[in-house]
Amino acid sequence: MHFRKNKSLFLFIVPGLILYTLFFIVPTLNAVIYSFTDWDGLSPDFTIVGFENYINVLTNDSIFQKAFFNNIKFMLFVLVFQTLFSLIFAMFLIKNTKTNIFLRALYFFPTILSSVSVAFIWTFIYDPNMGVLNTVLDSLNLEFLRQNWLGNQNIAIYSIAVTQVWFHTGQMLIIFVAGLQAIPKHLYEVADIEGARKWDRFRFVTWPMIAPSATIVMAYTTIQSFKAFDLIFAMTRGGPNYSTEILATRIYSTAFRSFEFGYASAQSVIFMFVIAVITVVQFRLLKASRVQE
Amino acid sequence: MKVFKIVMLSIFAVVIIIPLMAVVFTTFKSTSEVFSNILGVPEAFRFDNYVNIFVDQPMARYFMNSVIVTLFSVSLTVFFSSLIAYAITRMLGWIGVVFFSLFTLGMMVPAQVNMIPLYQLVYDLGLTNSLLGLILVNISVTMPVAIFIMSGFMKSIPKSLFEAAKIDGATEWAMYRRVAIPLSVPSIAATAIFLFVMHWNDLLYPLLFITQNQYKTLPLALLEFQGEYATNYPLLFTGVLIASAPMVVAYIFLQRYFVAGVTAGSVKG
Repeated sequence: MHFRKNKSLFLFIVPGLILYTLFFIVPTLNAVIYSFTDWDGLSPDFTIVGFENYINVLTNDSIFQKAFFNNIKFMLFVLVFQTLFSLIFAMFLIKNTKTNIFLRALYFFPTILSSVSVAFIWTFIYDPNMGVLNTVLDSLNLEFLRQNWLGNQNIAIYSIAVTQVWFHTGQMLIIFVAGLQAIPKHLYEVADIEGARKWDRFRFVTWPMIAPSATIVMAYTTIQSFKAFDLIFAMTRGGPNYSTEILATRIYSTAFRSFEFGYASAQSVIFMFVIAVITVVQFRLLKASRVQE
Repeated sequence: MKVFKIVMLSIFAVVIIIPLMAVVFTTFKSTSEVFSNILGVPEAFRFDNYVNIFVDQPMARYFMNSVIVTLFSVSLTVFFSSLIAYAITRMLGWIGVVFFSLFTLGMMVPAQVNMIPLYQLVYDLGLTNSLLGLILVNISVTMPVAIFIMSGFMKSIPKSLFEAAKIDGATEWAMYRRVAIPLSVPSIAATAIFLFVMHWNDLLYPLLFITQNQYKTLPLALLEFQGEYATNYPLLFTGVLIASAPMVVAYIFLQRYFVAGVTAGSVKG
């Protein structure tokens, strides 16, 4: 049997496995257990309430539902613009010339900053009174476009989405450049011989060939949008009036502001379920689009 | 088309450069100067804000905390993960697959899913307000992606190298040290850089576990400056600059590895 041959290798796994079990597997399972209780995180005892938390989250919790739809809006905005920009700029910068390498490094730069730093930079840009954006609009005689970018409930989530695009487009661009550079040159030569125009070249050669990179970029962008906790927390804490609340910030507030550990755990489990569904759907869709091509 | 391309590239470059330059310039301005001259070059390069922030805040302590947490989190994650990645690659049959799935499953679960029980556990172990607590949690949550990157790389090492070493009587430990590790240096560097960016910038776990000043890391300290200094951007940006400096210096010198590292990490689900 394999066990004997693998014996000494098990020792390699033990130190990491102990930490992983203690600080990852057990808490994740515990989240499921907590979700069936009314524990407040403070008192020593709690009651098991069955599916009550889940029922309340799904039918009664308008803030959680708002957070869910905010999360979807945020994700769609970032997904569309980040993917589009990173692909266009990757196509501009495909050759490894000195200028292109420099520009890639420049565009990539925000990725290495902390979310808190990026949040401060963009709070400064969006500041309603003295902010960069409003000042620039004034100087262009476009005062009518002035906004309280993070204070206006209708646009705050999109303002943060723009920040997220600024933050991570350079990173996605690098993935696309790698994908584009791997496309064999002769495919384009064949297309040219067939008399393909620019758009045809993109549609019939580039797009099908970069589908794997696009899958990675879109999957990662989606997950990143759901994990934008640090950025949103540092920019608005989910306000004003929950208009920038996403699932992750909502769970944090439920747990550590209202101390409803049991209820917040039910929200967490639903959050995990949402991520799983979106991931599966996304891979199906992209796989289907590839087969079609 | 060519003009369009140059215009687009320039606009994007300006959109990246202007805010970053504004951060640097603002650190040399007073609050009133920011108000009158928001993006321009400062009147003079005064270091008042740098002096003030160190007088006002235990900045050196925050900085050291970040260094300690990042250093131990990165090196121990790389060490434990490389051991596991090696074992997974070498294991025969389905056992390796089972361990690989068990560990990489961790990449799918967002941190906010298990933060409540994790907080409770860290609290029960008496590890709140301790750098050790942060380090242990950091290792546990970043091992999955590190294992994912490194095992992908180790799988490409030709099996015959291990067979040959085995015939020479090498133990698994010797093969790990003399064959697997030396051949995996590029993936180890990429992983280390990816983890460096992640751990240096992390906000969530310090936010959950640390309340006392003496244990705060830079991102958490910065976040709390916001409450203290409100819209005093010169001081906030001085904090941003100090917190980002090590990362920026590393990026300038190790650019290629950064790009490789962050991209390798991004391939995770």
